[in-house]
Amino acid sequence: MVSKRKLLLAVTLLLNMSAVPAEAETLQVTIDKMAFSPATINSKVGDTIEWVNKDFLAHTATVKGGWDVMIPAGKSASLVLKSAGTVQYYCRFHPNMKARLTVKP
Amino acid sequence: MFSRSIAALAALSLLGGVSLAEAADKPTDPQIAHIAYTAGVIDIDAAKQAIAKSKSKEVVAFARDMVRDHEAVNEQALSLVKKLKVTPEDNDTSQALTKAATSERAKLDKLKGAAFDKAYVDNEVAYHKQVNGALETLLIPSATNAELKSLLETGLKIFQGHEQHAEHVAAELK
Repeated sequence: MVSKRKLLLAVTLLLNMSAVPAEAETLQVTIDKMAFSPATINSKVGDTIEWVNKDFLAHTATVKGGWDVMIPAGKSASLVLKSAGTVQYYCRFHPNMKARLTVKP
Repeated sequence: MFSRSIAALAALSLLGGVSLAEAADKPTDPQIAHIAYTAGVIDIDAAKQAIAKSKSKEVVAFARDMVRDHEAVNEQALSLVKKLKVTPEDNDTSQALTKAATSERAKLDKLKGAAFDKAYVDNEVAYHKQVNGALETLLIPSATNAELKSLLETGLKIFQGHEQHAEHVAAELK
């Protein structure tokens, strides 16, 4: 049986959750055989994007005139999203690798 | 000339079509491995020349990217042939590539400054375009081993990336 105290706690938690914005998440993008996957990703300000590079080559996630993240071969790198908007990013070393990132406020 | 030999190779495969697949001079896996490795070594040597000669930050950065990537690809190729117990086999195409690259390097060696940068980067665009053509039309279709074919396919995507990268650098030099 559920005690009154536990029930109260659950209700309080629920109320809290609805009151504050959703928690920041970490979203993973895999790089394998010269492609970002998923190639389109939706996120929000405060989220972290983590790129996991499975290739034997170094890559970057770069926005022209914006951020530039180095992702060494076989390693991961991440970025905390600070501003809202939709950006196309690509790999500076292999500009045929492209992806799109939407960041909601 | 270097570019001519690969162009001929690509044209040959285009002309040959299906019949080429049955032709006696279709490269074998040990020959394909040798051609792919040689093509990588050629680009590494060209890049080393650019690192030594160029004063342009962009050109040197691009050349360093070429060394890093082609060394990584060739390392994969070496470990694959070792695993498959395949001995890369020298062949006419590899020799034609090396010969043409040697004369291209000698030609570039006489140039300086902006003229060198432009010639190097333009040649990188042309070279990757031609290697990619040969990969697409001859080397990948001829490869019989699945792992070799898969590495060549990844190589094609990498070199298509290099071709675009070189085009970006060429546009910046203008």
